[in-house]
Parts: sequence; C-alpha cells; structure tokens
Amino acid sequence: MVNGLPGVTALLPALLLAATGLALLLVDTVRPDARSNTSMAIVGAIGSLAALAATVWLTASGGVSPDGGAVSLFADAIKVDTLGLFFTAIFASVTALVLVAGHDYFDDHTNPAAFYSLVTFAATGMALLAVANSLAVVFVALEMVSLPSYVLVAYLKQNRGSVEAGMKYFLVGALSSAIFLFGISLVYAATGSLILADIASASIEGLTGVLGVGIVMMIGGVAFKTASVPFHFWAPEAYEGAPAPVSAFLSSASKAAGFVVAFRVFTEAFPLEMAVSANVDWMLAFAILAAVTMTLGNFAAAVQEEVKRMLAYSSIGHAGYALIGVAALTVDGPANGTVMGAAMAHLLVYGFMNTGAFLFVAMAERWGVGRTFADYAGLWRRAPVASVAMAVFMFSLAGLPPFAGFFSKYFLFQAAIDNGFVWLAGLGAINSVVSLYYYSRVVKALFLDDPASPSALDAIDVRPTALYAAVVFAAVATVLLLPGFGPVIETAEAAASALF
Amino acid sequence: MILEALMAAAFVGALTVFLAPDEWAGRLAFAISLIPFVGSLYLWSGFEAGGNALLGGDVAYATQIEWLEVGGRSVSWFVGLDGISLPLFVLTTFLVPLAILSAWTPVDTRQSQFYGLMLFMEANLLGVFAALDFFLWFVFWEAVLVPMYFLIGIWGGPRRKYAAIKFFVYTNAASLLMFIGFMSLVFALGDSVSSFALPEIAQAIAAGGLGEWFGIAPDQVALFAFLAMFLGFAVKVPIVPFHTWLPDAHVQAPTPASVLLAGVLLKMGTYALLRFNFTMLPNQASMLAVPIAAIAVISVIYGAMLALAQKDLKRIVAYSSVSSMGYVILGLIVFTEYGVGGATFQMVAHGLISGLMFMAVGVIYNTTHTRMVGDMAGMADRMPVTVGILVAGAFGYMGLPLMAGFAGEFFIFVGSLSAPALPYAPVFTALAMFGIVIVAGYLLSAMQSTLFGPFELETDYEVGPAAFHDVAPLAVLLVAIIVLGVAPDIFFEMIRDAALPVVEGVTIDG
Repeated sequence: MVNGLPGVTALLPALLLAATGLALLLVDTVRPDARSNTSMAIVGAIGSLAALAATVWLTASGGVSPDGGAVSLFADAIKVDTLGLFFTAIFASVTALVLVAGHDYFDDHTNPAAFYSLVTFAATGMALLAVANSLAVVFVALEMVSLPSYVLVAYLKQNRGSVEAGMKYFLVGALSSAIFLFGISLVYAATGSLILADIASASIEGLTGVLGVGIVMMIGGVAFKTASVPFHFWAPEAYEGAPAPVSAFLSSASKAAGFVVAFRVFTEAFPLEMAVSANVDWMLAFAILAAVTMTLGNFAAAVQEEVKRMLAYSSIGHAGYALIGVAALTVDGPANGTVMGAAMAHLLVYGFMNTGAFLFVAMAERWGVGRTFADYAGLWRRAPVASVAMAVFMFSLAGLPPFAGFFSKYFLFQAAIDNGFVWLAGLGAINSVVSLYYYSRVVKALFLDDPASPSALDAIDVRPTALYAAVVFAAVATVLLLPGFGPVIETAEAAASALF
Repeated sequence: MILEALMAAAFVGALTVFLAPDEWAGRLAFAISLIPFVGSLYLWSGFEAGGNALLGGDVAYATQIEWLEVGGRSVSWFVGLDGISLPLFVLTTFLVPLAILSAWTPVDTRQSQFYGLMLFMEANLLGVFAALDFFLWFVFWEAVLVPMYFLIGIWGGPRRKYAAIKFFVYTNAASLLMFIGFMSLVFALGDSVSSFALPEIAQAIAAGGLGEWFGIAPDQVALFAFLAMFLGFAVKVPIVPFHTWLPDAHVQAPTPASVLLAGVLLKMGTYALLRFNFTMLPNQASMLAVPIAAIAVISVIYGAMLALAQKDLKRIVAYSSVSSMGYVILGLIVFTEYGVGGATFQMVAHGLISGLMFMAVGVIYNTTHTRMVGDMAGMADRMPVTVGILVAGAFGYMGLPLMAGFAGEFFIFVGSLSAPALPYAPVFTALAMFGIVIVAGYLLSAMQSTLFGPFELETDYEVGPAAFHDVAPLAVLLVAIIVLGVAPDIFFEMIRDAALPVVEGVTIDG
C-alpha cells in the first residue's frame, strides 16, 4: 500500500503510455527529416517498460487506496483495481516487444515514425479500457484502440494486401462499433445509467426485452474486438495483410483488450443473478460462442498452407479458450473466480507466446524467405536460436507440458470442470489435440525438413538484432512463466474473485 | 537438495554443451555426465529409506516446496527417492555417460546440439524418476519427448522424419489419455485431497476417498481411470498392439538415442504403470488380472516371433524389447513380492542388456555400414572384442544364470507361479517361459550367420577392430550386467522393501 499519494497516481501506467506517445511525436518533430528509427524505438521501449514497471509496482504494493482495494476516480467513471492492472501489464509487455521488433522490421521503411506513436496510443486506449467503469468510457477507449489499429494494418501503403486488409478491418470495425454503441444506448434506456454498478442496481421492470437486445449487441462488440465468432472473419485477412509486428500487437494486446471489456462489464453491470432472473443469460451466449470459436479457429488453422494465416486462425481458437472465462460461470459457482482468473493468466501467457510467434514471422518476412510452411524448411540451419524460440512458442501454444501454455490451459479447463462445465473443457481438450497437428508442422518444417534448394537459405543475410532480442525475450518469458506461474495465477484469481 | 543439484548439473551442462564448439562437445558432455553418475552413487551408498514412497514409506532425499495453488489444490516441487525409483535413477545416470561415449564415432554433424540434447534428456529423465508431485512428474514426462523427437528427427536414418513424427504422435496421444484418466481420479477425490502430491492421492484412494463424480459411481471412475492410464502407459512400454512406433523409432534413431530409448525411456512406461495403476488402483488391477496377464504373454510371444522374422540386427533387438517388457507386465500383475520386485529388477536388468545390445550393433554398423543379417558373415574374425561382448550380452538376454537378465526373469517366474491374485497363474507363466526359447532361437541364428564362419562382406573399405572408446562402454556394461547377476541383492533388497506395500494393497477375493 502506498498511502499519501493522490488517487490519480493509480492511473500512472496509462499516463506513462500517453506521455510516451507524445514524446515519440516530439522526437519526430525535433528532427523531421532524419528517420530517427533507433531513437524512437528506444523511447518507445523505455516508455512501455516504465508503464509495465508501474503496473507491477502498483499491484505488488497494493495500490494507492488506503484499504488496498480499488480506487474510483472521476465520479466513478474509472475504477483502478487489480484486474485492470493485470491487463495493463499484458498490454505494456506486448507493446514493448512489438516496438523493439518494429525497429528492424521497418528498417528500410521511408517513414517509420508514425508506427511507434500509433502503437503507443492504441496501448494507451487499452490501458484506459482496462480501468473503465462506465459504458461511456468503455466506448471512447475502445475507439481509441480501434482507430490507430486501422491505420497500423494499412501501414504498408504501397502493398495491396496491407491496404485491402486495413479497408476490410475498418468496415467490419465501424459496423461493430455502431452495434456496440447501439447496445450501450439500449442498456441506458433500460436502466438509466452508464456507471456499471448503477446499471446492476437499477430497476428494469418491464424493460428486460430492451436490456436483452442491448446485451446481445454488446456481446457483438466484444466478439469483434476479441476476433470471436460471429465477428471473426476480419481477423485472418487483417493479420495476414498487416505488417507482422502489427499482427502480433492486434492478436495479443488488442484481443486481450476485448476480453477486459467482457470480463469487467458483463460481471459488474449484469451480475449473474440478475442475468438469470431477467432471462438474459449472457453466460450461455458466451458458452456457445466459445465452443464455436475454438472449434472453428482450430479446424480452419489445420488446413492453412501459410504460417501467418495459420497463426491468425490459431489466434481465433485461443479467443475461444479465453471466452471460457466468461462462459463457465454459474450463480454461486464454486470456481467463478478461478475460471476467470485462469482465463486472465492464459491471456498473459498467450501475450508472450503469440507475440513471439508473430515476431518470428516478422523475421521471416524481413529475410524474405516466403510465407508457406514449405518455405520455412530447414531454417534452423541458419537461424538456430530463433528457430528454437519458435519451437518453444509452437509447443507452448499447443499446450505441451514443459511450457507455460500447458499450465494456463490446464487450469482453465480444470476450473471449468470444477464449475460443472465438463463439455466445454472436453471440447477445449479435443481442440488442443487438433492444434498440436498444425503447430508441430511448423516445428517439423524448421527442424526436420531439408531446404527446397541449397540456395534457399541464402536469403538469410541479415541479423536483425532487435527482432532477435524481442523473439528471444518472449521465448524466455514463455519458459520462465512455467516455474513462475504461481504469482501470476494467484494474482489473477484474486483479481477475478473480487468481481463476484 | 542433492537431487536438485544432480538434475541442475545435467541441465546446466546441457546449456554449456549447446554453446561449446563442436570439436570438444563430446568430451565435455561426457565429463559433465559423470557428475550425476558420481552423485547418484553417493545417493545409493547413503540410501536408508524403507517402504514405498507412495504408501506412507520413507522418502529419501525429499524436498517439498509449494509452487502454486489453484482452485484449492496446490502443486509443489516435490522430489524424493524410494527403493523403486533409486535403481532406475542410478540406471539413468549410468547409461547416459556410456551412451555419450558411444556417440563419439557415429555422430559427426552438429555435435554440440546433439550432446546438449542428450544431457537435457538426462535432466528430464532424472526428474521423471524423482518427482512425487503429479504435475512436476508430468512436466518431466513430456519434456523427455522433445529432445528424443529432435534426436531421431535430425540425426536419424533415412526415414527419420516419419519415425520421429510417429514417435511423437503416438506417445503424445497416449500421454493425453493417461492425463485424462488421472485427472478423473483427482476430480472424483474432490475435497479429500488438497494437492497433487502422489503420496497424498495414493493414500486418499486407499482410504476410500473416491466419491461420485457427475453421477458416475466411484468404482466406475476408478475403472475408467485405470483403463485410460493403462492404455496411455501401454503405448510407452510398449505392449502389443501399441508397439508399432518402437521398431521405426529404434531403427531410425542414432545408436546413442536407441540406447537411451530402450534402456530408460521404455522403463518410464513400466515405472509409471507400477506407480500409478498398480499402486494406486490395485483392486481394479486384480479385477483385470486375466486380460492384462494375457496381453503380457501375447507381448512376450508375439514380440519374440516378430524378432524371429527380422533381417535387420537393430530391428531384432528392438522387437526383443517388446518381448522383455511383456515379462515386466506379467511380474507386475501377479501382485506378489517376487513378481513386483522382479519386474522392477528386470527394468534395470533389461536397461543394461538392451543398452549393451544396441551399442554393440551400433559399433558393428559404424565399421560395416550395414545391419542386414544376410550382408555379412564372420565378423568375429575382424572385431573379436566387440563380437565377444555382443555374444555375452545375447546370452544375458537369453537368461544365462549369473547375469542380470536371469535374475530378473527368475524372480518374475518365482513370483508368478504361485500368484493368488491371478487365476491360472501357472499357465500364464509357462507360456511366458516359452518366450525364452524363441529368444534363444532368433539370437543364436542371427549371431551364427553374421558373427561366425569365414569373413564375408563386400566393401571397398577396411573392416577392423573398433576404437577403444567404442568398446570400453560395452565392457563396462557387461561388467555391470554380471555384477547385478551375481549379486542381485544390491538392488533387489531395496526394491523388495518398496514393493511389499504395493502387494499388500490388493484385496484378493476367493
């Protein structure tokens, strides 16, 4: 506990990210003609790591409130609690990795400056989203995340694929934002409030229909942001067309941002008892979405020929797993906090392993070795360290035991079973087996297959130091999160339990 | 903390060797692998624990540190040894340096990665035998697969990719099945356990802690768990009809990997069967005694017949492992002091003998570049020492008295002839004994045509005696086999001590 500091100190991580974004603009303004690639990467990395340090400090010290609990600011529009800080830690870590990797990826790009500031501003929006306690703030923050993301996807404006992906992403995003906003207005019409706690306590007699439609529309908004069924179809296109570091950012951080909305808004504004008594059973809706999303993502990933597209579908599959965190809830369920905490821990682990995997693809794009599994054949002969890191990501994403992905997935399924959702956990386990097939194809290509031609590996002519550093760091984190899983899951469980 | 120190030595050694230059990676790896060996001898000399670690006995060299807690169940770093795991622990640390020596000649590319993976595998194998917490054990259990997958897939023979993937898919699918089986036990135990520690779970089951789970009666849950775990481990052992990955993996794997695969990895399966199925669920085991004994005998006979039909020396040895593992299963299912103890002893004995056979075949292959029985004859003229040791090892396989194989098989047969838990025990025993005749048949005929008679081999290169560092591990193994055969009590006493509580756990009706 850190007494004596003003309450707004609790917003330090978000403020640091915003300041970093402004500082990046400043660097570009001071020397507009120089490309300043390196200095921007350094400033961005320091800023996001400072934000990460601030979240860890606030979590470990118990926050700035006198009783160690949540801090409410701005007439309850913002509430900083452990849940928000936990997600901010995910956002800050992914941002740091992506910014460092971006340095090498945009090495020969004419104007890399905007990339750094856009990523940082999107991260600021995410940090705000994580602590939003009012639907108005949720929507504003969501747009703060979305707008830079559209630009980032279309960042390679000479590349047709990138521009097309940005366009698709923007159209689907605009549509789903409108639906989400309409849902918020219906909820407001039914309850007369935008503050989450007030919505929960409002009397909704005779208006359950309006509220129900509003909730369903809000689920649509969440599904878009987390790339879940039925608003998932933008994801493969956007992830494939976007520059790989941007894909890493969208599929790890932006997805987690969607989940923070689902986790906080639904449990606080529409408590389980109310949802059941008013016959708007959003848990059931999420359970069906989780089942369909994980199955669709995994089976679609199994038939891909391009690594990046496979990772895009695998990221849809993982959204399905994480949705279990809001699906496997029952009124007075014994493991409500555990299942949501496990989903949060899974998102943290996923943040490292998935970012790392996309950054490996970024490295392959930088080398220009090609996009398909076959093009990756024998890469380990030239790039053993990066290939070992990629093998770690693949095995961990598949949930094999020596890596952190195993623990996070296992505890998610175990908690779901404890809450009585055997079918959901069983489906998740079956999907994990399917996923082993396509993840191991990457490992097989990297290590066991021979290169298509003896000169195929000559494309690997540069050693992008910063990209290597980001990939290796993500791999080390993926391995170390296994022994260090205790504090992570315990923090997440405590944070999630506070919502019920 | 000494167990941790030995595992850490292997693990840090693996990282060091990864970074070492290829020229002296082999020598460095050998030197490092001696540290766990010496350490395990020290553990052995100071070993005083009695009883079975899972059933309330002493746990030697134990450490228990909480790792994490989720949903009311804690996972901890819990390692320790008892009379069953110590011999296998020593076997592992003993075989790894020898396997590394046997790699000096054949492995000529990417040495530092090869030896690094060998040491990495050793660290995980030691973890499998020492872990007493389910999660810890499972992490090590699966972590063994990864280095083996790469060892076969990168340094293996012509069909290495197929063999590596088949190995990986088979054993992973089996692990999943076993995992589901074990977890259904944990869920059925409900609140009567608060951790994943194996002793706590085993004792809770013995105390009747299994409850109803989602409307399924406790007995049914236990039966389901037994079958799922049995099938899962059966692939690893392997038991007929789940053995088909083994010949592919063995034939394609480089010699040192084959040595560890046959010598230690197969024992993981039988060790786990003993620890989980037969210790935790003895009543389900004795209920299924007849079918399991039948599978064991079929493995013995069918494995031996398959070996009889092979032309490739390595395939012969590989299939004979299937046969030998059948004896182990038979010993376990009879639930007698000598049966279970003999099965554990046979795990060690077979580890040494099959390691010797694979190594000897590897040494011959290094010189002749063929393993086909029809391609060569009279190898005894050119490689007298290697061939001499190979013949001695083969006799060990056939169960020559005063060698380790004889002691193991003898204990098993003594135990299984008078087994109250197994109906028709003498019939099963007699059928299994017949397997030895077939073993003698195929080993003698293969040796006769390849090793003796006038030298014959069409080559354009010189075929001469093997280098000292190739023959030395063979000789060391042979000595170990004879020592264990002459004085089986050095291991058998502690094994029997730990096996007795398992035998007493079974209730025999009628």
